[in-house]
Amino acid sequence: MDIAKQAPAHAATAAAERLELLRFLKHHLRDYGMLLSLAAIMLLFQGLTDGTLLQPLNITNLILQNSYIVVMALGMLLVIVAGHIDLSVGSVVGFVGALAAVLMVNHDVGPVPAALIGLAAGALIGAAQGYCVAYLHIPSFIVTLAGMLVFKGLALVLLEGQSVGPFPEAFQLLSIGFLPDPIRLPDLALGSLVLGCAAAAAMLALAVRARRSAAALALPSEPWPMFALRVSLSCAALVALSWLLALYKGLPNVLLLMGVLTLVYAFVAERTTLGRRVYAVGGNEKAARLSGIKTERVSFYAFVNMGVLSALAGLIFAARLNTATPKAGLGFELDVIAACFIGGASASGGVGKVTGAVIGAFVMGVMNNGMSIMGIGIDYQQIIKGLVLLAAVFVDVYHKAKR
Amino acid sequence: MRGVRKTFPGVVALDRVDLSVRQGDIHAVVGENGAGKSTLMKVLSGVYPHGSYSGDIVFDGAVRAFDDIADSEALGIVIIHQELALVPQMSIAENIFLGNEPARAGVIDRTALATRTRALLAQVGLDAAPDTLVGELGVGKQQLVEIAKALSKKVRLLILDEPTASLNDEDSDKLLTLLLRLRAQGVTAILITHKLNEITRVADAITTLRDGATVDWIDCRTEAISEERIIRSMVGRDLSDRYPPRTPRIGPTLFAVRGWCASHPNHPERDFIRDVDLEVKAGEIVGIAGLMGSGRTELAMSIFGRAWGVRVRGHAFLDGAAVDLSTIDQAVRQGIAYVTEDRKGAGLILHQDVRRNTTLANLAGVARAGVLDEPREQRIALDFRHRLNIRCAGVDQPVVHLSGGNQQKVVLAKWLFTQPRLLILDEPTRGIDVGAKYEIYSIIGQLAAEGRGILMISSDMPELIGMCDRICVMNEGRLIAEFNGAAATQEAIMRAIMQDGGH
Repeated sequence: MDIAKQAPAHAATAAAERLELLRFLKHHLRDYGMLLSLAAIMLLFQGLTDGTLLQPLNITNLILQNSYIVVMALGMLLVIVAGHIDLSVGSVVGFVGALAAVLMVNHDVGPVPAALIGLAAGALIGAAQGYCVAYLHIPSFIVTLAGMLVFKGLALVLLEGQSVGPFPEAFQLLSIGFLPDPIRLPDLALGSLVLGCAAAAAMLALAVRARRSAAALALPSEPWPMFALRVSLSCAALVALSWLLALYKGLPNVLLLMGVLTLVYAFVAERTTLGRRVYAVGGNEKAARLSGIKTERVSFYAFVNMGVLSALAGLIFAARLNTATPKAGLGFELDVIAACFIGGASASGGVGKVTGAVIGAFVMGVMNNGMSIMGIGIDYQQIIKGLVLLAAVFVDVYHKAKR
Repeated sequence: MRGVRKTFPGVVALDRVDLSVRQGDIHAVVGENGAGKSTLMKVLSGVYPHGSYSGDIVFDGAVRAFDDIADSEALGIVIIHQELALVPQMSIAENIFLGNEPARAGVIDRTALATRTRALLAQVGLDAAPDTLVGELGVGKQQLVEIAKALSKKVRLLILDEPTASLNDEDSDKLLTLLLRLRAQGVTAILITHKLNEITRVADAITTLRDGATVDWIDCRTEAISEERIIRSMVGRDLSDRYPPRTPRIGPTLFAVRGWCASHPNHPERDFIRDVDLEVKAGEIVGIAGLMGSGRTELAMSIFGRAWGVRVRGHAFLDGAAVDLSTIDQAVRQGIAYVTEDRKGAGLILHQDVRRNTTLANLAGVARAGVLDEPREQRIALDFRHRLNIRCAGVDQPVVHLSGGNQQKVVLAKWLFTQPRLLILDEPTRGIDVGAKYEIYSIIGQLAAEGRGILMISSDMPELIGMCDRICVMNEGRLIAEFNGAAATQEAIMRAIMQDGGH
């Protein structure tokens, strides 16, 4: 009798748990959806390219090709969350690359000072544009459209219409170098693999610790099955990635740079007062201002930061090509902005995640890479990328309207 | 208009309203803020279509059913709203004939446009070229352009919603003279106004609205206009037990401003807030009464770190010592909080959750070296939720889904977390239901009992009388009267406002 009574009660709790899980999934569909779409797109192209996509060499290339987009997406996300846009990033990439090139090749400046001057130039450009947007209240679209033209022109002036290169070897390491591996086997960069596994272990430990402290405070957290699935898949992906990279030349320097920057920006956006202020300004500028937040200063620094990251991307890109060309950076702004919107940022500001933008950048990157391997022409590539962007934002809008 | 009743979700805006206007009269409609005057005029002009209200509109002896403004305009009923509906970037002529351009096959006949505009401008007595941009005109002249626009539509019944609210004396006088001239030409007018001197000057009849119902009708041709009677009928309702009891314990002066002046950003040459002296004692609730546009919000925001206005001047004192309130950040640090009247637009970040909204004004209070201590933030949000009885699914719920009363509590929580000594509350119960109002009143009383100073702006006069220890009356940017809370009556406050000449 007792068992018969208990059974329905048990079934009821199980049903309630399932319901809770479903509700959670519905609310966070966007977050998991991003990761799932990236995984799906990778699988799709893995099939379409007969396994070329995930070959060690190609994975390494994929990372090198997208590093500068990811670096800029970090800054662009903050700009978009603050309620602005920056169209000038592609031109800044070209300009800073040209500046560093001219300094190193024509004026024998060392790679390190040249890079630092480039970064400072980026900060200055960001400050000038940020000043116009934040303090003079000129719409960012206009300011950065002007910047796009101005810096494209200045890059041409610096290069006198020619390509400038090659660069000292030390400079190239920024982009095409790999981490020195202390325990290099003939076919395997074991050190890289160990580092990847260590990173996965650290991620696991941190996630478990965060979940424990959240539970202790009754902070909202994801249901246990989702947590387990997400963390174990991420760790597995990290280990798999380092395995693949170890099969080739090990961890590229630029991957480490990208990883560290992503962690830093995700931390700043989510866990610091600075990040909170950026979201507040984009979410409701008036309310933020009346709460004592210096809204102009927040917008200003978002642009300064964007300038520095564009400059860094410019250095990476120039180092990768080993030459600064007048065409460098052309159209990059579109990929960067698309990455943020695919990653769930809202065009009206206040919403978006750093990790989302990074995933968005890789969605674009995998598509670029996969379609190129398949031999799809640049014409159709553009069409497909445009439609994917539209579809991703449509899903967002539709999802929001339904709630 | 007979027995008009209009409801909005959850509110009865109009109930049993009768308004009868004789042909050729200037008919004044008076009433407090929120009495339903503007709603009634929107019903009459077809802004709220037939079917969205009950009751009848009778015009020229026939019952009319307007589906939109075009229907009422076809009969010659034209409304001029409080906020003028002109396009500042367009010329006078283009504005007058907007949507009604003299044209042949879609091509605008510029000659006809200019000639007809000139004739209309002469009629309203505005000396300006038809191609002058409306944005370059002052408010008074823009008002005349609106009337010219109405005349171009062959107006028979002209409705003016507080036309002189933003005009100076000279422009007001011109406008009233024009109304009298139009009356001589056979135009009937409904004039919504707060100003007693205007009524005495031009009105042929007066209808008083209160709480969405007609309460009085005076025919000025047969009866003398009695100020007493108008004021009493405007405010005469009973005060019941809508306010929690409190025993004020008033301490020394906490906050004061002396000689406070500020200019409107659009008219920096003229002071909008003029020479205000104001003080709030510890534990005291001071009310600021006044009509819309009297400068209450502007005064409060100019004090709160110059959040409003240009050329803000004057001295501010906290505990008797001069303080610097030059930025909002500085004002917050000095312990001043301003709870905005525009809760959704300027008080909350709607898509963010209760927790984030609660700590927004004092992020340093939940952070160490710029890094957020989220467990601490969570505890604080939970604590405020409990103390202010914020009803939400959890502190991670976006505030957009909360009711007005609970949203207001979140805004209060945000400011309480800054540990303010002076709270400026701007319309703290606007758009909140009766039950939640009582809770908000209790919180306000509690805050005063803790020794904080409260400065409360409200258009709800019974609320001010029910809550405040002292009430200052503001009109046209100045404090014009002050009442002890116990001695204040709505009649006295209204009289002070209506008798104020504006000098």
